Amino acid sequence: MTAVTEAPAATAGQQLTFAKALTTALADAMEADPRVVVFGEDVGPLGGVFRITDGLTRRFGEERCFDTPLAESGIVGMAVGMAMNGMKPVVEMQFDAFAYPAFEQVVSHVAKMRNRTKGHVSLPMVIRIPYGGGIGGVEHHCDSSEAYYAHTPGLTVLAPATVADAYAMLREAIEYPDPVVFLEPKKLYWSKDTVELDALRAPGEPRIGRAVIAREGTDATLITYGPSMPTALAAADAAAAEGRSLQVVDLRSLVPFDDETVTAAVRSTGRAVVVAEASGFASVASEIVARVQERCFHSLAAPVRRVTGFDIPFPAPKLEKYHLPGVDRILDAVDDLQWED
Amino acid sequence: MTSSVDAEVRGGDFLLPSAAPVQLIDQAGRLVPGSGDGGYLLPDGARLLEAYRQLVIGRRVNDQAGALVRQGRMAVYPSSHGQEACQVAAALCLGDEDWLFPTYRDTVAVIARGVEPVGVFELLRGSWHSGYDPYEHKVATQATPLATQLLHAVGVAHAAKLKGEDTVVLALCGDGATSEGDFHEALNFAAVFHVPAVFLVQNNEYAISVPLRHQSVAPSLAHKAVGYGMPGERVDGNDVAAVLAVLGHAVERARQGGGPSLVEAHTYRMQAHTNADDATRYRSDDEVKAWLARDPLSRMQAYLSGAGLLTPEEEASIAAAAEDMARVLRDGLNAEPRLDPTELFRHVYAEQTPQLREQEALLRDELSREEA
Ligand SMILES: Cc1ncc(C[n+]2csc(CCOP(=O)(O)OP(=O)(O)O)c2C)c(N)n1
Ligand SMILES: [Mg+2]
Repeated sequence: MTAVTEAPAATAGQQLTFAKALTTALADAMEADPRVVVFGEDVGPLGGVFRITDGLTRRFGEERCFDTPLAESGIVGMAVGMAMNGMKPVVEMQFDAFAYPAFEQVVSHVAKMRNRTKGHVSLPMVIRIPYGGGIGGVEHHCDSSEAYYAHTPGLTVLAPATVADAYAMLREAIEYPDPVVFLEPKKLYWSKDTVELDALRAPGEPRIGRAVIAREGTDATLITYGPSMPTALAAADAAAAEGRSLQVVDLRSLVPFDDETVTAAVRSTGRAVVVAEASGFASVASEIVARVQERCFHSLAAPVRRVTGFDIPFPAPKLEKYHLPGVDRILDAVDDLQWED
Repeated sequence: MTSSVDAEVRGGDFLLPSAAPVQLIDQAGRLVPGSGDGGYLLPDGARLLEAYRQLVIGRRVNDQAGALVRQGRMAVYPSSHGQEACQVAAALCLGDEDWLFPTYRDTVAVIARGVEPVGVFELLRGSWHSGYDPYEHKVATQATPLATQLLHAVGVAHAAKLKGEDTVVLALCGDGATSEGDFHEALNFAAVFHVPAVFLVQNNEYAISVPLRHQSVAPSLAHKAVGYGMPGERVDGNDVAAVLAVLGHAVERARQGGGPSLVEAHTYRMQAHTNADDATRYRSDDEVKAWLARDPLSRMQAYLSGAGLLTPEEEASIAAAAEDMARVLRDGLNAEPRLDPTELFRHVYAEQTPQLREQEALLRDELSREEA
């Protein structure tokens, strides 16, 4: 009689979209901690306009995942109070530009409460914001608003670009003692990857404040985050075909900023281009250039370049392709890095 | 002796809306008995016929736009299917010098006011953020950030008052938008400055998936007016005669210096929030079907035919006008828009900054290399 051999334990990963990774992270966090509550506009029975909260009301009940009246300042302001009183609110702003009515609450209270009270009151809350362009959205649906938040001391600002980071960083953000602005690149919601959820669920290295080398390379470093990551990787592919080896750094955490990883990366190649969708003037990209210039001056063979959105309001859908950093524009910038000996 | 507090409370009474929404013509197309008692007079036959004509055209605009989205000719369309009575009355209640402040859902109102229709669709086809000159027909851009436009409407009205013009401003928003802080600020400013503004809330029962009961537990949205010290009124939003009468009254009061008021029109969003929305996730077919009987077009058609105001010839001419409109939209939106990417840099400031000049040059260079 032949022994029945057992199929090997399913250690292979599973295919997940970025969106599903976020949904799973929310569900796992709610399962793990009854203090986690999710609320916002259309996040209840509809599951959010991007379906990130899909099924949470059904599974956890209306007290744990609920629709609010339509008012962003109300949503964030109420989250502040709930966080003060022992809960862990995770709120959704429906789109980047629709978070602006909450700006007062975010900059005047969410960001400042810990400092104002000398640490007596901390606000463990997460503000999730679908952000960025590339989805053909009409006006107010495509803003890259990271600079407003990153410029505000007291806010932790994350912008994951991979499915694994979507899961792990959202879990980490919910556990974090301080308020997190969690920027979800809309155009990556439907991107897929194979991840090992069980491994991600186990405690691991922190990702907040840690950049990663997304691709090794020796000739120049592309520094980017969030929605621009796939573009940067595509540029690196295209450059490789032309014989140039580009390293890609995925920041994923804008605040805190990982100077160490970025600095080491740029020193290793001596050239750098920062890529971001947001308008370049007074931007996160500008901050990165400044930090690199300050720390790597003697290792640089050329000035650090930026490839960003233009300094214009985000264009209408049919024109966004001219605005968003694309592979060609990135390669043009790389070509500009004074390669002549 | 009555205290001043009592007097003020009684003063508040006359600000209160009627107990039930004002209705002049019922859903079967019959005149509502005693409907004139509330002080709202049935508009005359010619006006009702014009309203019906615009209802039919408006419905055609909604249907055609929906089809164009499905064919990929437009980015998105928030339809006002079912809300055409509000749309049409909002356009017809204003004079040429008055202002309309619409939202993304109010395309039919904007077109009914006379704005060139293909231009109106620039926003929703995705070629620019707005496709008409607001001053030409005194129609502001269609606002997307909810309730923000209401304050602009108050400002236009206030400026008109300071300039001694007898302009009235009509500002539109949805039921969900009444929860935003800007809604409160706009109504309060309007009342405090006693400006000639009328706020029309189209209560279509939903803000995307969220039903009205999650938005407000006030007796009605019109009741909110009392808190600001302005009159509120409720109207059957699917009865174009009633919406015309109630808005007409509010506009006239504002024009005579009587100050702002709030009108809540009870209606229903017959289709999903936009083509991108799946309404089956949050409401039943039966609920939607129940509203079919209250359709704003069929009731006017029944009333006008019964009153001998709508002849078969008239009906044919209205249908032809609606078809003309549909053809204009198809022709306009099926043609690829002429896009000039360098226009992106032209309207950011009155005078282009040196940085924008550089960026425009960069794009021009890329485009010329692409062509080469
Ligand atoms: C400040 C702001 N928050 C969120 C949104 C996203 N949004 C667009 S329409 C809508 C629902 C609005 O409902 P309502 O005011 O009832 O108008 P309706 O769409 O039903 O006409 C929401 C939440 C927005 N446009 N602006
Ligand atoms: Mg509504």
